[in-house]
Order: sequence, then structure tokens, then C-alpha cells
Amino acid sequence: MTDITNASRRDVLLGAGAAGAALLLTLRPLAASPESMDAAIRKLTGGAKITEGRIKLDIPPLVENGNTVAMSVTVDSPMTAANHVEAIHIFNERNPQPYVMAFHLGPRAGKADISARIRLSDSQNVVAIARMSDGTFWSHTVSVIVTLAACLEAVSN
Amino acid sequence: MARVLINVPPKVRRGEPFQVKTLINHVMEPGFRPGPDGKTIPRDIITSMTCKYNGEEVFRADLYPATAANPFITFFTIATESGKLEFAWTGDNGFAETATAAITVE
Repeated sequence: MTDITNASRRDVLLGAGAAGAALLLTLRPLAASPESMDAAIRKLTGGAKITEGRIKLDIPPLVENGNTVAMSVTVDSPMTAANHVEAIHIFNERNPQPYVMAFHLGPRAGKADISARIRLSDSQNVVAIARMSDGTFWSHTVSVIVTLAACLEAVSN
Repeated sequence: MARVLINVPPKVRRGEPFQVKTLINHVMEPGFRPGPDGKTIPRDIITSMTCKYNGEEVFRADLYPATAANPFITFFTIATESGKLEFAWTGDNGFAETATAAITVE
């Protein structure tokens, strides 16, 4: 009798362990990593050189709630037909996907100054990259600490 | 129909950039969260937003699941002529919404 109880308990524990492992295995590939962010950035730039500067990503260094993070991004550019910002891309390291948002603008913008609200699922680096009309890329990286994560929490009943 | 809020200055000076603020009511379900039944809730997000000024595109945004619920986006555009700004959002499950805002240039 005791044998049967022990066996069933072991079975239960084994089953729980396997389920836990399966859950980990299924969740793992969802998480973006610094490598997948680098790959996404390379896909954007096509391997072109990215220089630090000219773009400024304004995001709080300490975020209490990752579900809504206010950020703004500005680029130092005259925004003329000959010299303007074509696109601004925002990337992150540890959300399920490396992409956050992308903005396409032109000389009609007059001013490269955009703000939006984003989600962050972990403490991580957020990278803003600007593509200029002359084909150069400029970046700014900000390290953000997130206390309440977004994206992955379960929905309660 | 999703609720939309557009905020532009009442009057703008010709040739000067002015700020456009947009807010649209949308759940932006990222597609990674488990629901009450343990199954992942399918993705339901807005994927694109465009703004045309008198028919010419002046701003476009690509949205991903990392955009917060009820997407709030602000940007600048130069005042050229009086007319209207036309906004369009598209997304998963055939989501489509449009809005317009009148611009008075002086």
C-alpha cells in the first residue's frame, strides 16, 4: 500500500517536473536576447556602421510599471529635403521580440521629435536608431530598470 | 469602432512645425500572455498608423506587440496650407480606423 502511494507521488512529481521543463522549453524561444536584437539591427542597417550620437532617446531609467513606459526620441537634424531623418527604429534586448516601434518621416516633419508609450518586460537596454537621408545610421542606448514586467504576466480570472 | 482622440493646435503659423498628438483605444494584446484557461491569448494589435496632410503622407509608424495598450503617438509636421490631417490605423483581425483633424494655417 505504501509502495503504491509512494510510486504515485513520485509519478506526480516526475510529471510536474516534466511539465515545468516543457513550459520552460516553450517559453525560452519567445524571449529576445541581445543577439536577436543585434540580428534585427543588422537586418535594418545591412551591416552599415552605426555611430553614437545625434539621436536622443528620452526614457526614464527606473520604470515602475513596464506595461506603459513613456518615451520620446529626438534627432538633431535640419530636416530639409537634402538632409533629413528618414526613419527612427526602437529596439529592445529582452522583450519577446526585439522590435518596439518604427517611425517613418521626411522633410515634411519639420522636426524629428516623436513620443509614444511602450512595453518593457524586463530590465534591459533600449536602443534607438535613426536612418538619415544620406544613408548614415545614428544610435543612442539607454539602460532601463523595470520593476513590474509587461507582456508575459498571466491574466487573472 | 475604436475611440480616437486627436489633438492639434487651433491655429498654426505657415512654415512652422506643430505637434500632433494621437490616442486610439485598443487592447494591443501582445500574443504572449497565458489566459485564465492556460492557453496563450492570440495576438491582436494595431500594426500600422499613417498620417496624411492634404493627401500627402507626412508620418507613418509601424507598431509591434511592445507598443503599450491604447497607442499614444505624438509627432511634428510643418504647416503648409489649411486643410485636413487624415489618420488611418490598421491591425490584426481586419482592424481599420480612420480620423480627420482640420488645420487652420495663418
